[in-house]
Amino acid sequence: MALDVARLKNDFPIFARTVRDGKPLIYLDSGATSQKPRLVLDAERNFYEQHNAAAHRGAHQLAEEATEAYEDARSKVAKFIGAADNEIIFTKSATESINLVAYALSNSNFTDAKRFHIGPEHEILVSEMEHHANLIPWQELAKRTGAKLRWIPLTDEGRLDLSNIDSLITSSTKMVALTHQSNVLGTINPIAGIAKLVHDRGALFLVDACQSVPHQSVDVKALDVDFLVFSGHKMLGPTGVGVLYGRAELLDEMPPFLTGGSMIEEVHMESATYARAPQRFEAGVPNMAQAVGLAAAIEYLERVGMDQVQEHEELLVNHAIDGLLGISKVRIIGPFGGIHRSGAVSFTIDDIHPHDLGQVLDDLGIAVRVGHHCAWPLMRRFGISGTTRATFYLYNSISDVDALIAGVEATKKFFKVA
Amino acid sequence: MDLQALYQEIILDHYKRPSHRGLHEPFDIEVHHVNPTCGDEITLRLSLDGERITNLSWEGMGCSISQASTSVMTTLVDAKTVDEFSITSDSFLALMHGKGTVVPDEEILEDGVAFSGVAKYPARIKCALLGWMALKDALVQLIDSKSTDAKIISIVPDRSRDER
Repeated sequence: MALDVARLKNDFPIFARTVRDGKPLIYLDSGATSQKPRLVLDAERNFYEQHNAAAHRGAHQLAEEATEAYEDARSKVAKFIGAADNEIIFTKSATESINLVAYALSNSNFTDAKRFHIGPEHEILVSEMEHHANLIPWQELAKRTGAKLRWIPLTDEGRLDLSNIDSLITSSTKMVALTHQSNVLGTINPIAGIAKLVHDRGALFLVDACQSVPHQSVDVKALDVDFLVFSGHKMLGPTGVGVLYGRAELLDEMPPFLTGGSMIEEVHMESATYARAPQRFEAGVPNMAQAVGLAAAIEYLERVGMDQVQEHEELLVNHAIDGLLGISKVRIIGPFGGIHRSGAVSFTIDDIHPHDLGQVLDDLGIAVRVGHHCAWPLMRRFGISGTTRATFYLYNSISDVDALIAGVEATKKFFKVA
Repeated sequence: MDLQALYQEIILDHYKRPSHRGLHEPFDIEVHHVNPTCGDEITLRLSLDGERITNLSWEGMGCSISQASTSVMTTLVDAKTVDEFSITSDSFLALMHGKGTVVPDEEILEDGVAFSGVAKYPARIKCALLGWMALKDALVQLIDSKSTDAKIISIVPDRSRDER
């Protein structure tokens, strides 16, 4: 059943405004950040207006309510991805979530948590399609520990080239960190299949789910991953809240990253012991209002239905791909044609730089992302400096896609490219 | 329409038929600058013959604004003295950071006035300045390596605003 986009759009106050001299906003940049429904904004405001106090502290009623609101948000997130409550850690962003794990690994070298020890005898495996957020923390971990960074190459179509995967995941591999869905190519990676291989070799598996959790139903147990990260703001929630899922038995052993208040058990002048997960990984007064806002976003998504969201986006992206392929000199970067893919499509046009295309589209009220999309090595792999990327979400309609296609045609005319 | 004002014919002409493009020898210095937000790149070569900028050549990859701006710059400053470059460059920078309120000096900027429309698009100012920052940087390095001189101060790149 198709989504009633016109009705959904009414839930998002931003679509009431216009851009660039009175044009309606056609927002095709949800891969960067999504817009927020009123429900989420109200939930955040309500927390501040009615329940604001420091969670897990204080002996008063508001502190109890704030704690309850924050922990209810944790439960909501946990259920949404098939995890247990104590497997969910709130961070400020998915980037922080990945750094938390990377630093926990190097920090473990000074503890008894052998499971996480990492040194020059180990390897870290990523892929060529990673967002910088799932590349640079591992580059840095490799530098700190002497471990070797390796990566899975890509096929020309824009998929993981798994032909040599047996030689890439070995008994030396400590950590495999892969994206679930590429933020550029729209590729959906076969995570569950890779997970089996990773665990057979005794390595840890972290999945960057920033582009999947907002757009499809994700179950961490079905994927069988050790860690999974995503951010709130890409899934209708507020900025300033990210999530780290970690398997309970791993989190129990893992040393902390950020230290300070509320992550402790007992503190002396020269030493301290730490709380159990998830508190051990949440130093400082937490981002309560943002967590509550994220829970409201999940409620909204569940009401619409994640399968409906995915189906809707697939419809839009296939329509976009068909339209773009009908325009001469357009090249789609990423796999397409009778396959499952995400609602992100990247493309280039001969003789028009993405930044110039984005500028003309902007003049028409169409917001797209241009450039390297924080995936510079991926751009190099395809021998390009950047792409134009349209990403779709539940509030986009077929007419938004048609506007994009017409906008691309108009841009070619503007720059006199035949 | 602002878009027409942004993409003036002069800019599109320089984009299609850039001046001084294609790296040449000899040169005293080569610099490579990138715009980290979009990945645009410029490689610039030049020599200093006393006070005079010579052997200017460049190669680049990027949007029409960054490539055309570099092309216009090379036509403006080739064979000029470092002091003359500073005057031109200061004038161009003032225009770019003027939020559309600065009236460009056509005597100094010539084809460079075509970039007036860029000042209204904050995201594009860095594009327009890419080549200019590369040349400033090259001159600073070159002069530093030769002798210290009071002029250096006027050609220190405005890193706080343009090179985040």
